Amino acid sequence: MAARVVVLGGGVGGTLVANLVSHQLGAKAEVTVVDPTGMHVYQPGFLYVALGKADPWWLSRSERTLLRKEVNLVVDGATGIDPEAQAVHLSHGDVLHYDYLVLSTGSRLVPEEIPGLVEGSQEFYSMAGAQRLRETLRHFNGGRILIGVAGIPYKCPPAPVEFALMLEEYLRHRGIRDKTEINFLSPLNRVFTIETTSKLVAPIFDERGIKLTTFFNVESVDAGKRVVNSLEGESFEYDLLVAVPPHRGQKVISDSGLGDAGGWLPTNRGTLEHEKYERIFAIGDGTNLPISKSGSTAHFEAPVVANRIAAKVNGESLENAHYEGRVMCFLETGNGEATTIRFTYDKPPVSPNPSRLWHMAKWGFNRAYWLTVPQGRIH
Amino acid sequence: MSIAVEQITETLDCRGMACPGPLMAMIGKIRQGAVGNVFEILSSDEGSKTDIPAWVAKAGHELVEVIPETGYARFIVRKTH
Repeated sequence: MAARVVVLGGGVGGTLVANLVSHQLGAKAEVTVVDPTGMHVYQPGFLYVALGKADPWWLSRSERTLLRKEVNLVVDGATGIDPEAQAVHLSHGDVLHYDYLVLSTGSRLVPEEIPGLVEGSQEFYSMAGAQRLRETLRHFNGGRILIGVAGIPYKCPPAPVEFALMLEEYLRHRGIRDKTEINFLSPLNRVFTIETTSKLVAPIFDERGIKLTTFFNVESVDAGKRVVNSLEGESFEYDLLVAVPPHRGQKVISDSGLGDAGGWLPTNRGTLEHEKYERIFAIGDGTNLPISKSGSTAHFEAPVVANRIAAKVNGESLENAHYEGRVMCFLETGNGEATTIRFTYDKPPVSPNPSRLWHMAKWGFNRAYWLTVPQGRIH
Repeated sequence: MSIAVEQITETLDCRGMACPGPLMAMIGKIRQGAVGNVFEILSSDEGSKTDIPAWVAKAGHELVEVIPETGYARFIVRKTH
C-alpha cells in the first residue's frame, strides 16, 4: 500500500515538499495537499504592490497548476490534527489519515493584540493591506511617516527595512521627499535583527535621511490622535503609521495541542520533525526555529523533509538529510540596488555592498518564481 | 544586591537562543507580567550582556543583578511600572 503523505498548506514549502515527494516516490506514495483557498500567493510581492511597482494579479496562481498531476489537492481548511490517530479533520467533515504529515501552515497576523493597531496603522503583510497602503501613498502629500515592527517574530525580516528604503525613493520620485519625515522604529537597539546586516544598512539610512529610533516596541496606538506609544515609554505623532502586525502560529496548531504559547511548532532544527511526533514534520513560518520566517527558509527546508520521508518509506539511511539553517534573502536598498543575506545556523551573513546586479537578480527571481521554485527546479 | 530565589516570579531559559531571541523573549514576558514581577533570564548569547541592560535602562525597569555562570549569564530584572 502506498504511504499516505498529507501536506497542510499550499505555500512555497508545502507545494515544494508535495512535488518532491511525489517525484521521488512515484506510486509508493499518495500525496495530498490541503489548502483552505486553493490559491498560491507569492507573498514577497506585497512590498512591490504597496509601492505601486507590481500588480496584485501577478502574485496569485491556482495551486492546482503548480502541483504535479499525481498530487491530490483538497481545498478545505484543517480544523484538528490528531497525532495519535494520525488523522486530520477538515472543516467540511472529512477525515484524512496519514503515515507522514507535513505542517507548512505558515503564520497569521494578529493586529488585534495591540490596542489601536487595526484602526491606526497600515501594513503590507497581506494583499488587502498592500493594496490599501498603495492607495494611501498615492494620495499622500507629505508629513511624518513612521515604520514600525509591532512584534517579533515576524515573517520576511528584511521587509520593513526594504520598505523604508524603497519608500524614500518613491517619495523622491513623487517630489515630496523634502516634505516628508521618515522615522524607522526598531524594536531592537539596531536597525535589523542580524548585526552584520545592521552595520551595512545603518549608514544607508543616514545617507538617505531616514531617522532611526531604537528600542521602540509598539505597545498601543491612539488612532484618533494619531499617536503610537512604546513599551519603553516613548510616543510619536504621525500622519501615516506603517506597522508590521504581530504574528502567531495557526489556530489549528494551537487547538490541536501541537504548538507552544505563540502557536509555533516545536521543531527539531536538523531533522525538521515535530519534537514530540516523529511522523510529523514542520517547515516554513510555522516552526519555532530561530531563523527567518521566509519563503527562502521553507524553500531550503522542503528538500530535507522530502528526502527524509522518501528515505523512511524506502527504508534507507537518513544521515544526509539534515537542515543546517540555510537561508538566502535579497534586501532591496532602493535606487535600483539590492544586497543579499545568506546564512546558516552557525554562519552569520556577510552581505555584499548593494549593487544593481543583486537588484536585477531579485527581479529575475520574482519573475521566474512560478516556473522554478514550486517545482523544485532551483536548489 | 542579591535576590532570593523565592522572589523570582519566572525563569526564562534562553540558553542556546541566538540574538535577539533572549531579549525579545524577555520583552514579551515583561509586556505580559504584573508590576513587581521579577524575571530571571538565562542567556548564553554574548549580545545579551549589552542588549538586556540597555533595554532595561531605556524602558525604566530595574536590573537587579547579572550573575555570570559557566557558559551563560543570569539576568535578574524587576518590572517597575
